[in-house]
Amino acid sequence: MYNKKAVLAGVVAFIILMTAPFWLNAGREHKKLELEKPQFEKECVEPIKWMRAGHMQLLDNWRNEAVRESKRDYTSEHFKAGHDNKKFKKSLTLTCLDCHKNKKKFCDKCHTYAGVKPYCWECHVAPEEKI
Amino acid sequence: MSMLVSLIAVFGLVAVSYMMELVGLHTVLGIIIPYTAVLVFLGGFTYRIIDWARSPVPFKIPTTCGQQESLSWIKHNKLESPSTTGQVMARMFLEVFFFRSLFRNTKTDATEGPRLLYTSDKFLWLGGIVFHWTFLVIVLRHFRLFVEPVPGFVHLLESVDGFIQLTLPTFYMTDMVIVLVVTYLFIRRVVIPQVKYISLAADFFPLLLILAIALTGILMRYILKVNIVGVKELVHGLFALSPVIPDNLGSTAYIFYIHLFLVSSLLVYFPFSKLMHMGGVFMSPTRNLPNDSRKHRHINPWNDPNIKPHSYEAYEDDFRKVMKSVGLPLEKDVDGEEEGEK
Repeated sequence: MYNKKAVLAGVVAFIILMTAPFWLNAGREHKKLELEKPQFEKECVEPIKWMRAGHMQLLDNWRNEAVRESKRDYTSEHFKAGHDNKKFKKSLTLTCLDCHKNKKKFCDKCHTYAGVKPYCWECHVAPEEKI
Repeated sequence: MSMLVSLIAVFGLVAVSYMMELVGLHTVLGIIIPYTAVLVFLGGFTYRIIDWARSPVPFKIPTTCGQQESLSWIKHNKLESPSTTGQVMARMFLEVFFFRSLFRNTKTDATEGPRLLYTSDKFLWLGGIVFHWTFLVIVLRHFRLFVEPVPGFVHLLESVDGFIQLTLPTFYMTDMVIVLVVTYLFIRRVVIPQVKYISLAADFFPLLLILAIALTGILMRYILKVNIVGVKELVHGLFALSPVIPDNLGSTAYIFYIHLFLVSSLLVYFPFSKLMHMGGVFMSPTRNLPNDSRKHRHINPWNDPNIKPHSYEAYEDDFRKVMKSVGLPLEKDVDGEEEGEK
């Protein structure tokens, strides 16, 4: 092998760089996320499975419809047929936060975990947290 | 034909992973294949580099396009004709990060006359550099799923990439750019006759595979929507060496497994393909050698050290009598007299 030192240094640097996520995770335990569940309400605006991936879209639509078109009533759409679709007020602070009282123990958990920075709180005042 | 083969291959990969997901082989798709792919990628890459490093470079062959180092009053072009390791590294840096040699790309046209016309063509450079940088940004952005807690640079990248703040989840500019630029690189191979003529399946396949990876990613993020927390649990589990298969990915989990399978395919394909230019650029003697052959003698490493230099004088000593007998001119005559003009 020619230029042994330079080539080996390059290969080692390459491997360290490519396995960076392994090193960055080293020594940290893999924890499961625990969200604070609402005390009384058992059902969300839409089915929980749908909400997990779709809540941002829902909130975006609510924002547009409520603020720009002043349509403030919402009827569930994604429950299976035969389900008694409920009516809600389109409001982050009055509807969502009414059940999910603690932003830090609910919203922020997943958002921090997945590295998402939603811009809800650029207009809305975040609720005061008594921990 | 090569295009069709590549297209079928990519669709085949999608179909295989989709069916494996349907059958429920989540452990294979989510743990075994990704780990195997990473091992093949690292092992194969290292093997190829070592293999190249074992090949001798018989001649000093840097490609230059500037004045080499010479007398003090002749201006030396340090970048175009580097003569020290430092200058070689500077040139290599610009090559790797800004594709400097590709910037000189020309295209050839036959015009009436007939006359050949060479003109500057920056589009391949532009397409190439936009593609590579976009790809890098996208890979780095994925660190939000690789590492817990999310590293700081990811937030910076995301806020720049999602600057437009359109749609939810936030629209990333790189998502659109990579689809456009890969499409351009593909169409270029199809539309320009000379380029199409030299394009093989090995050229179309990686482009289509990367396009498929980008499209499945975009589908997953904006349209089919999987539960991102589940995705992070799986991916972070892989990188934290405690793999798990979460059951909360949602009803569209298949798109995630297809995306992951295609990325694994790319990793496996990488060391055996032209994508090895990632390591190869550092190993090319036309780029990594200094142009200093007037200062240092480059010894061909495959020369046999037992074979000594053989001068003409020694050669004549060996064959003087025979040469004389057939009347060949000699430097020294048989009896030792100088042969001059008589």
